[in-house]
Amino acid sequence: MASASQTLAAGPGGRRAGSALGQLARRPEAGSFLGMVAVFAFFAVFAGQVFLSPAGFASWLNVAAEIGIVALPVGLLMIAGELDLSVGAVIPAASLTVAVISGHYGLPESVGILAALGVGMAVGAANGFLVTRTEVPSLIVSIGMMFAVMGLTLGFSVLLTGSTSTGIVPSETSKFLLGQFIGGMFQVTIFWWILIAAVFAYVLHVSPFGNWIYALGGDRVSARNAGIPTERLTIQLFMMSGFCAAFVGVSQAMVYQSAQVAGGQSFIFNSIMCTVIGGVLLTGGFGSIVGVVFGTITFAVVNQGIYFTSFDPNLGSVIIGALLLLAVIMNDTFRQLALSYTKKKG
Amino acid sequence: MTQPVLELRNVNKSFGPIDVLHDINLTVKAGEVLCLLGDNGAGKSTLIKTLAGVHKPTTGEIWMDGEQVSFEKPKDAADRGIATVHQFGGTFPLMSIGRSFFVGVEPVKKIGPFKIFDRKTANETAVKAVQEFGITRIDDGDRLIGGLSGGERQSLAIARAVHFGARVLILDEPTAALGVKQSSHVLRIILEARKRGLAVIFITHQVTHAMAVGDHFAVLIRGAVAANFMRGEKTREEITDLMAGGEALASLDTELEGYMETHEGHPPQPVA
Ligand SMILES: Nc1ncnc2c1ncn2[C@@H]1O[C@H](COP(=O)(O)OP(=O)(O)OP(=O)(O)O)[C@@H](O)[C@H]1O
Ligand SMILES: [Mg+2]
Repeated sequence: MASASQTLAAGPGGRRAGSALGQLARRPEAGSFLGMVAVFAFFAVFAGQVFLSPAGFASWLNVAAEIGIVALPVGLLMIAGELDLSVGAVIPAASLTVAVISGHYGLPESVGILAALGVGMAVGAANGFLVTRTEVPSLIVSIGMMFAVMGLTLGFSVLLTGSTSTGIVPSETSKFLLGQFIGGMFQVTIFWWILIAAVFAYVLHVSPFGNWIYALGGDRVSARNAGIPTERLTIQLFMMSGFCAAFVGVSQAMVYQSAQVAGGQSFIFNSIMCTVIGGVLLTGGFGSIVGVVFGTITFAVVNQGIYFTSFDPNLGSVIIGALLLLAVIMNDTFRQLALSYTKKKG
Repeated sequence: MTQPVLELRNVNKSFGPIDVLHDINLTVKAGEVLCLLGDNGAGKSTLIKTLAGVHKPTTGEIWMDGEQVSFEKPKDAADRGIATVHQFGGTFPLMSIGRSFFVGVEPVKKIGPFKIFDRKTANETAVKAVQEFGITRIDDGDRLIGGLSGGERQSLAIARAVHFGARVLILDEPTAALGVKQSSHVLRIILEARKRGLAVIFITHQVTHAMAVGDHFAVLIRGAVAANFMRGEKTREEITDLMAGGEALASLDTELEGYMETHEGHPPQPVA
């Protein structure tokens, strides 16, 4: 910004560079990109060689992939002006669904997996339906849903298996697709994350639906008056986050070969944190998929990188807290810049 | 003569026990600017919301092109070519000009099974549409709406309405938040829209603005049409008095004009 305007004044060559910088600066992910680079550089210096080795990469990529798959649809919802906290309950619910159906009862895994994904989408549909019908803020609806799903998961688990955890031995295919460690350390989930990010990037930035999502988050009433099926779109977005959370639940069951009633709660705030660090505006209407991916990487690098340093691991939480605050401040600045940015003629 | 584009026949509107509009009869013709005048709370916004499909008249009829119509929702009115531009123009401050211009009617390319939002076409069309209205400063469709001035936003919203084939353009106090220069931009665009054959309904509290562009004036007082006259039939003083609910305020208005000239176009805060 300051540097951008300085290069702008530097002459025709600098002007082109300045304009390119300006173009970059008005993108929602501008701040999160800088944050990611800074955090990575910090740990590259303080965490030493191991952090930069394949094992170091694997440690944060594995964490990033799981949160990332949830953060993507949560980010999309946030851009559309909604929050979804129920993901934290859907993950263990889906884990247990597949473990109980295919592990405890021994039914085919395809049945268990489909049922688990179905549970996720059903919770999403219920969220979306309640939000559009009652007009209660989605924060409240999805908190309520989270507790309901947690209660139901615990209740059914105890009722059906007499326990709060169930084991599952994944078949070769499931293990290959969902539970594999490539090279002995990279979870196959990383590739699913990349794939899902590509799909979401298409939806938000390339397809016409993306425009609907931005419009929905910008002003719901105007969007509806412009002919956008806002209610259907809202329900679909919630179903998408339910689906993705369930996907993470299923893949966790396949990776750890067991499912617990507890677990998943950390995803609630972590996914929101990743999206906000990634430059998505908490109140909707602004954000990008690359930003969410950058935010997720930033979060995961701090979360894991701290263990490679000589610092107290608790410092990681402090850094993440500070980062969040910094990200919001920085993203506000970048948003102002984006608003005032005009193409310079030169 | 030519058939009116839009006609209200004995329209009444009540919200529960509150009667807001009484027996409104009005016609709007193509290529004509109807200025809707009236004090605060006279019912101007309620009237245009009824036209835009936000409210349904309690009793009475709305006719378009000689055919009775009934709007269940704003979309119905929009589909018939009634476009409303709100005070702040674009309502999506964080969307780009090109994207917001095409909300709900996105231009798409198809590549294989994939639908692709045609950003280039969207940007070019939007920029061209607004430039045709004389706002040549807008030349980059990627700029965000929130970065435009109030007048530019109004202009863009009006250009958008015209582009999508609006026949009736409703403007609720489009100049209320604007300074002198920006207001004159918007007024020029109203004239341009009229030249293109649109019927324009223009709500304003400023007599000067009304007199600058109006062909036809209707004054609402407490929900009823108190006066309905054509350009040149009444003097500025008479209009001012009517707008204030029939009280003799013309002299005050002249004082206000003087005040505004010395205060960069901002009227003093009204005392309730
Ligand atoms: N939805 C509603 N329910 C009840 N009363 C309403 C409603 N909408 C408007 N009114 C009342 O109708 C009257 C006219 O309001 P309206 O907004 O149409 O006035 P206006 O002429 O646009 O005023 P202004 O110049 O201040 O914009 C007011 O007394 C208002 O309180
Ligand atoms: Mg009004």
